[in-house]
Amino acid sequence: MHPPDQLGRHRDASAACGDDHSPCTLHVNGTRHDLTLDNRTTLLDALREHLALTGAKKGCDHGQCGACTVAVNGTRINACLTLAVMHDGDEITTIEGHGTPESLDAMQQAFIDNDAFQCGYCTPGQICSATAILEEIRAGLPSHVTENLSTAIDLTDAEIRERMSGNLCRCGAYANILKAIHQVAEAHS
Amino acid sequence: MDFNQASEENLFDHARIVGKPHARIDGRLKVSGQAPYAYERHDVAAGQLVGYPLGATIAKGRITHMDATQALKAPGVAAVVTTLDVAPLNRAESNVARLFGGDVVEHYHQAIAVVVADTLERARGAANLIEVRYAEEDAEFDLEAALERLQNLGEPAADVGDVEAAIAKAPVTLDAVYRTSAQSHAMMEPHASIVDWSDGKAMTVWLSNQMIAWTRQALATTFDIDADAIRLESPYVGGGFGGKLWLRADTVLAALGSRAAGRPVKVALPRPLMFNNTTHRSATIQRLRIAAGEDGRITAFDHAAVSHTLPGGSGEDAVNQTRCFYAGENRRVAHHAIDLHLPESADMRAPGEASGLAALEIAMDEMAEKLDMDPVEFRILNDTQVDPEDPDKPFSQRHFVECLREGAERFGWEARNRTPGGRREGAWLIGHGMAGAYRGAPTLDSGARVRLARGRLVVETDMTDIGTGSYTIIAQTAAETMGLAMEDVEVRLGNSAYPVSSGSGGQFGAASATAGVYAACLALQKKIAAQLKVGAQLKAEELRFDQGRILGEGVDLALADVGDGDELVAEDKIHFGDFKEGLQIGTFAAHFIEVAVHAYTGETRLRRMLAVCDAGRILNPITARSQVLGGMTMAAGAALSEGLEVDRARGFFTNHDLAGYEVAVHADIPEQEVVFLETPDAASTPLKAKGVGELGICGVPAAIANAVYNATGVRVRDYPITVDRLVEGLAERAAHS
Repeated sequence: MHPPDQLGRHRDASAACGDDHSPCTLHVNGTRHDLTLDNRTTLLDALREHLALTGAKKGCDHGQCGACTVAVNGTRINACLTLAVMHDGDEITTIEGHGTPESLDAMQQAFIDNDAFQCGYCTPGQICSATAILEEIRAGLPSHVTENLSTAIDLTDAEIRERMSGNLCRCGAYANILKAIHQVAEAHS
Repeated sequence: MDFNQASEENLFDHARIVGKPHARIDGRLKVSGQAPYAYERHDVAAGQLVGYPLGATIAKGRITHMDATQALKAPGVAAVVTTLDVAPLNRAESNVARLFGGDVVEHYHQAIAVVVADTLERARGAANLIEVRYAEEDAEFDLEAALERLQNLGEPAADVGDVEAAIAKAPVTLDAVYRTSAQSHAMMEPHASIVDWSDGKAMTVWLSNQMIAWTRQALATTFDIDADAIRLESPYVGGGFGGKLWLRADTVLAALGSRAAGRPVKVALPRPLMFNNTTHRSATIQRLRIAAGEDGRITAFDHAAVSHTLPGGSGEDAVNQTRCFYAGENRRVAHHAIDLHLPESADMRAPGEASGLAALEIAMDEMAEKLDMDPVEFRILNDTQVDPEDPDKPFSQRHFVECLREGAERFGWEARNRTPGGRREGAWLIGHGMAGAYRGAPTLDSGARVRLARGRLVVETDMTDIGTGSYTIIAQTAAETMGLAMEDVEVRLGNSAYPVSSGSGGQFGAASATAGVYAACLALQKKIAAQLKVGAQLKAEELRFDQGRILGEGVDLALADVGDGDELVAEDKIHFGDFKEGLQIGTFAAHFIEVAVHAYTGETRLRRMLAVCDAGRILNPITARSQVLGGMTMAAGAALSEGLEVDRARGFFTNHDLAGYEVAVHADIPEQEVVFLETPDAASTPLKAKGVGELGICGVPAAIANAVYNATGVRVRDYPITVDRLVEGLAERAAHS
């Protein structure tokens, strides 16, 4: 390998590109996948490009929009901000694991009932987050707006809005997303 | 079908399906992640490679040297195409800067290379190995400085009466300057394309685009090939807002990459490239002068504005609405597009009005205050039912006053805070504001094809659904016209193999495309009538299509039995006649806002938003409401947080991602209410419908600004109204109280 140039770049192409691969097993929506992946592959690209599960969306690839939200071992995460090889053996739930067009889950149906989307691109991430925040509230995980840390957390508009604020919706469906989440929460309570 | 006069009473006045709430028919695919967006088409074009773009890192100049040797040697790389490898591509009419080819750099992050590899990681890694050297040229990036050097603002677009004389003698006048920031569409789905041009002949493109026919022609022009050799598909578009009206670099790079590699290639613009590589809404600086009598009647408007554009573009015309929104016998408007070498400015949701009303409607609030009038009553007093520049030209429909009155009633305007800075809840100052909104209701010719077989109808049109609800309202239109259930109609959109439609943009899509589908259904009815063998030949108009049956004199037949099982196909388009030019056809709204502004930090929180809209027949109250909610939400960003920040030395937008460019998030948006007046407009289309998607963003920023003023007593005339623009005034007021 050549020494780095004055900008710190290595001139040897293969080394500079970090073209190393590792085996990795992902359990996605209950199905085991044994993959060999470029170490640079994000969890999001593993899902979208290698498993053709394109429900998780790439809006920014920088953890700024939330369109790629999936659950890893039950916790929501931006799949674009984590490398696939860091998830060897993990259980991953994507929007495809929530329901199919023929058999939607309650949150998916609530999004339709309340017109909680327009273009649909942020929607899978919104639904994954919406599902997760109800669990987070039930589990007593506080947010920035939780007023009392010693009692059960109330499912207020403010709690939902705060917890959903990592999922951007440029079509501006927030008011309807809020209603959809309340619909599911009320059905469960 | 020609639409040469206003509609008479027709089936849409007694509709079962059109105008009724219906959930989106594409909803199940979207909520389950199965709707295929452009970059996700694993089902088409086997053997796709990945292209990764490289953007220029100067704003103006020439590329003197590019070395892709190392990139080409990198693992997995199939091809590298640099801008120096390609003769300058033709510039399509819709593009200001050249999209690719040659050594000239016209703006920052202009595409200068694409690396094609077997994976994204390898393409991106190799793109980092391309060496580029530039000869940078001096350029102008500062709108304020350019404006100072301007001697005048160019020829007025309108100059009626004697504005100067009217202002000179008016007892109440306003003269103020307002600024709006450059804004980014920031749609959630990046610009993306898969292109198969492997053989350099026929080109197939899967992309995310609002205007199929325009973009097909732009591709033909750009590559100097026959449009018939190009096929485009864009069935699902992850938001557009004007940013996907045009052919952009993703498609061009994928095409060049595909030709070079001999394989299909997909390219998505990385988010940090989008803000400078694609288009944006230009910033504006606007000077508004308004004159009125003691009675509150406006006697003159003088609205002058500048915006910026690359040489050859048109900028953001912020003065247009001032020509016809309010009465007043003297008016002058002038817009001057200043050449700067910032990235390409172009259309974004309600181009012109979104920025113009942001200024005009603050000015109206300021005038009302000077006159000691209720801003609602001030607007009502200055309503006009005719074009003020041409009193012989009436508005086809204008229910702005009803919007204002209905909104005031529903909002509880009577109980508003009446003293700026006068209402406080703890550390929060509470304020109320309102604004009017106007946006034109254009229509474009639009075509469709319908296929009937065994009682099921397929509608095909190159219309797009960018979240607007096109799939659903088109199905509603076809079901209504043909007497079918919604479940019996399938809608296929966004494909260049289908008849050319209006496309999605300019608030013309819903009204135009549904009219085109109606025309195609009437053509189908004629074919059906011709096929019926019942004694004397019946005319289509003598038949009724109801609940899956065809009824008429001696006819009672299931639609499923028409054609003996063969498919019946009909195609037509709606052509809108010249009679519309004798009318002002527009949409109107009144917006009411409550805000809380933190007395010490200047943080502004929206507490309530209400819109009352006059926008023709609402085809589907669910999807139309969502369009207006979306406009209000985007406007909340425009008012309080969105602004592209210019690096005035290097000539680019510095906050070029979704962390730095702050669109409204969920926690920013309060309770929102949308009300539609029942105002079908027979002059607009056979369905008496108008667009609503752009109306929702118009006026809202000013309503917010006026509410902030009402809360604090601090008048901010520059958007976005960030804390730094408020705190000084808040401190001054606190010191004097």
